[in-house]
Amino acid sequence: MVQTPTSHVTESTEHMADESVNSHIAVVLAPIKMQALNLNIYYDDNHAINNVSIEIPERQVTALMGPSGCGKSTFLRALNRMHDLTPSARVTGIVKLDGQDIYAPDMDIVRLRQRVGMVFQRPNPFPKSIFENVAYGLKVQGGHSAQQMKETVERSLRGAALWDEVKDRLHASALSLSGGQQQRLCIARALAVEPEVILMDEPCSALDPIATLKIEQLIDMLKQRYTIAIVTHNLQQAGRISQYTGFFLTGNLIEFAPTTQIFSRPQDKRTEDFITGRFG
Amino acid sequence: MQFPLAGALTATQQRSRAWLTQLRIQARRPGDLLFRSLIILFVVTVIGVVVGVAWVLLSSSLPTIRTFGLNFLRYNAFDPVHNLYGVSPAIFGTLVTSAIALILALPIGIGTAIFLVDFCPRRLRAPIAFLVDALAAIPSVVIGLWGFLVFAPWLQHTGEPWLQQHFGFLPFFQGQPQGVGLLAAGLILTFMILPIITAITREVMLVVPVSQREAMLALGATRWEVIRYAVLPFARVGIAGAAILGLGRALGETIAVTLVIGNQAAPPSASLFNTGYTLASVIANQFGEATPGLFISAVMEAGLILLILTLITNIFARLLVARLGHGRVRKVVI
Repeated sequence: MVQTPTSHVTESTEHMADESVNSHIAVVLAPIKMQALNLNIYYDDNHAINNVSIEIPERQVTALMGPSGCGKSTFLRALNRMHDLTPSARVTGIVKLDGQDIYAPDMDIVRLRQRVGMVFQRPNPFPKSIFENVAYGLKVQGGHSAQQMKETVERSLRGAALWDEVKDRLHASALSLSGGQQQRLCIARALAVEPEVILMDEPCSALDPIATLKIEQLIDMLKQRYTIAIVTHNLQQAGRISQYTGFFLTGNLIEFAPTTQIFSRPQDKRTEDFITGRFG
Repeated sequence: MQFPLAGALTATQQRSRAWLTQLRIQARRPGDLLFRSLIILFVVTVIGVVVGVAWVLLSSSLPTIRTFGLNFLRYNAFDPVHNLYGVSPAIFGTLVTSAIALILALPIGIGTAIFLVDFCPRRLRAPIAFLVDALAAIPSVVIGLWGFLVFAPWLQHTGEPWLQQHFGFLPFFQGQPQGVGLLAAGLILTFMILPIITAITREVMLVVPVSQREAMLALGATRWEVIRYAVLPFARVGIAGAAILGLGRALGETIAVTLVIGNQAAPPSASLFNTGYTLASVIANQFGEATPGLFISAVMEAGLILLILTLITNIFARLLVARLGHGRVRKVVI
């Protein structure tokens, strides 16, 4: 199970925050929405994430890139405590959402996951109708009238740029949609519970280029209202859609900086090797 | 070049030609041909047994069918002295005991499966699953014996009086507690179908994709809501199948039921404390004494009805599973 951070970590928060700023040249100018401090993640004995500190700015797109197996997805899933599902996973360190530690014992995990939504690598709609898929989050929350549900479903589908394609068949099975549409449906489903942060775990890796383009345009639109952290192993994608980029390698955050800087003047040799295509 | 030739032949001719060609090709591989013939023989045997049993049941039941017609389903006597036979109490007993078993075993079985899959500490999972499977391994005659010697007396002195005291206002729990009876049989059947329902439900819950659980969780669902909204809907076809398999066993279970049901038709009432019998137990009880003529025919017809009942259940089950599995998504009701 997930271990709550030990007390000495909490006490030395200030000091460590300084350290994380020192180790990365980047200065995040936008307000900070989420922040990880000395985050370590273990699967049994495997040390998957090693002492990562990072700031995720509000209403920006932050890309986490790196080669396969570098721990970027593992890191992302720590941001809304999805590791709680995995008995072998252990998390130490601090993750803050609006300054509040989400691994604190008094954290309401259900509320946290409503505030920090997630879109997964493979589209995973429920085997239900399009309408029900989007309305599901509200149904679980309860206390919404039929009218409110209808409005939210339409608003969310519009928000995910899917409304025009499905408005005439809201009660058709979600599985009848194409892969790209299913992924946008999953985004609409996440939007319906009105999150503040949306985590995306390689949302385009199972999609064709046209569907990918649509999702990328959508992400660009969504950043006006939502804070977005997106994992991608695709350099060009990180370059196209993000304002900030973190480069992960074997469980370490090598470099974190504004995307333009990462791509034009990387500070670390390994980052440069990665973006110039020497490996990855 | 082949097209004009093919066009000149009728579809049937083409088909028989293709068949002959296939046969000639197969003849070149004797091993294949032997294997094929053997397989076909096995299949024919299976079909033959089913058809044969149905045929024997039907032909042997003809005397009572001719004599009583549909009244056989209505009469409540099994009376060799006056040569009057009917199975209405047996049908009633079969349906009631199976219904009790299903109604009780479904929630318990699903609950156990949910616990095993989602809440059970990992170390306890295998031992508990083993115990549940072990329950299925107990021979039914042993369960019946336990039911008759231990469970029924307990019901008579403790269980049924308690039910009467607290739920006596319901018609099901009125009358004289006797231990053996419909309730005892229904409960024994519950124990017997519980392992099937638990095991299958567990299996289908285990194959629900992690992505479905995560999707639900990421929407801010609690553990219970994940099960309620993501796991159970995904597993419902399998659970329906589990229920049907359990029902099939309950309908046909003979020896354990015969030992605890009392084997006496009580005057019709809603009380579950009454003794009764099922189609299966009536056969088990009567076939030894059955004399040729209407008596044997009546026993055979009871068997025929049981066969039809299980067939109907099976067909119904298949339709249900097909509908749940491939049917259109229900219109959302809001």
